[in-house]
Amino acid sequence: MTRILILDYGVGNLFSLMSAIQREGAEPLIRQEIPRDPCFDGLILPGVGHFTPVSERLRRMRSAIDEVIERGTPILGVCLGMQVLFNRSEEGPGQGLGLIPGAVVRLPDSVKIPHMGWNRLHLVRRSPLLDGVPQGAWVYFVHSFYPQPEDESVVLARAEHGVSFPAVVGRDHIFGTQFHPEKSGEAGSLMLKNFLRLCRR
Amino acid sequence: MVAKRIIPCLDVDAGRVVKGIQFQHLKDAGDPVQQARRYRDEGADELVFLDITASVEKRKTLIEMVQEVARTLDIPFTVGGGIKTLDDARAILSSGADKISVNTAAVERPEFIAELADMFGTQCVVLAIDAKRRLRREIRGAETGERAANAESNIAMEAPPPGDPDVWFEVYTYGGRRPTGRDAVAWAAEAERLGAGELLVTSIDRDGTEAGYDVELLAALAERVNLPIIASGGCGRPEHIYEAFVRGRADAALAASIFHFHRYPIPVVKQFLRQRGIEVRP
Repeated sequence: MTRILILDYGVGNLFSLMSAIQREGAEPLIRQEIPRDPCFDGLILPGVGHFTPVSERLRRMRSAIDEVIERGTPILGVCLGMQVLFNRSEEGPGQGLGLIPGAVVRLPDSVKIPHMGWNRLHLVRRSPLLDGVPQGAWVYFVHSFYPQPEDESVVLARAEHGVSFPAVVGRDHIFGTQFHPEKSGEAGSLMLKNFLRLCRR
Repeated sequence: MVAKRIIPCLDVDAGRVVKGIQFQHLKDAGDPVQQARRYRDEGADELVFLDITASVEKRKTLIEMVQEVARTLDIPFTVGGGIKTLDDARAILSSGADKISVNTAAVERPEFIAELADMFGTQCVVLAIDAKRRLRREIRGAETGERAANAESNIAMEAPPPGDPDVWFEVYTYGGRRPTGRDAVAWAAEAERLGAGELLVTSIDRDGTEAGYDVELLAALAERVNLPIIASGGCGRPEHIYEAFVRGRADAALAASIFHFHRYPIPVVKQFLRQRGIEVRP
């Protein structure tokens, strides 16, 4: 069975993500550290908490994360877990992992913040993560910040809330979604299935 | 553009869904997981579970219910009712709820909102505001000593009508039983500053009447805060939801009886809204 490590930063709700992984037929492992032995096929950075403490915590695991990447193990960052893939955030001080170069900035005040609810994806690039996901698929967002990658080619899908922003990013085996696939009905379930398929290799 | 949300509300007592009209005639209406699934399949965008369990021991059943719902449901849900401490909130969120809603505990100690936001993130914190129409004239009356004589009749008095320039909205706690003297609009602004992520606004005057949401209350809040607002209290027909979105500028509409008793299934409501140019998720 495919085993997915869900990194526990010590705050917030991992239960939903764990349940979603189980629903898709894989085995979730919840750990506060990244085990050095390759006992998992994929890594999920969940979307709970605040940029500053989470990025600090992740930086201490830097070499373990680099090993995961070197092994070619797929990584999926969800919401804040996606934002920490970048270098820095307007949410607070701290250095992100910088796996995708760029900064995370606040949504414009012309719209309601947080951006909360269902919105449509505009797919801009093909990716195995988005296999079978229709143009305009509805997914569930809840966030106040969004990433601005330096390299536009990492943007796989966009969404709009006051501004058009990257909703799915990816390069090599590293992916991130600004929305919550575990709460996004059928489209979300499809993306989790795709991610699990990549993990199975 | 973010879609307007339709949110069925389920009242829960000791882990079972109950249905009542104006806080009376509560009757067992089944298994929360089954009901949640049904609403999800009909196209609900989110769900709200309001725990009305009185006894402390029975609250354990709530946690089990939250876990059971989270295991099955792939849409977001909020749990409210009786959350007083960070530990209460943690127990519910770590069991799989996406958001918690707080009311009385936040009014009594506003810093509670900031503590919840710091610990779990703004996006988890829904402030529930139960508000009732009042007239400023009553207050002026109070200054001249009239209020004492009118105190009882004020409570029984009919809500001031829409359009009265003297209207303000008073925050109530303890399930709509206790007036606080706080102005709902000022309270909402304070809560936004403290870190609330969303407002769940119930009109006590309209709750259970099926006469429509209090759009003036909603619009007054939308004018002042930049948070998403869920309209609640008074929904009897799809038109009411339309009004809440257009005139009340609400972002989501919560309702119970129109969905529970299958009078207006969610797809019918969404079709009604879509035909009138409101963007909703299919």
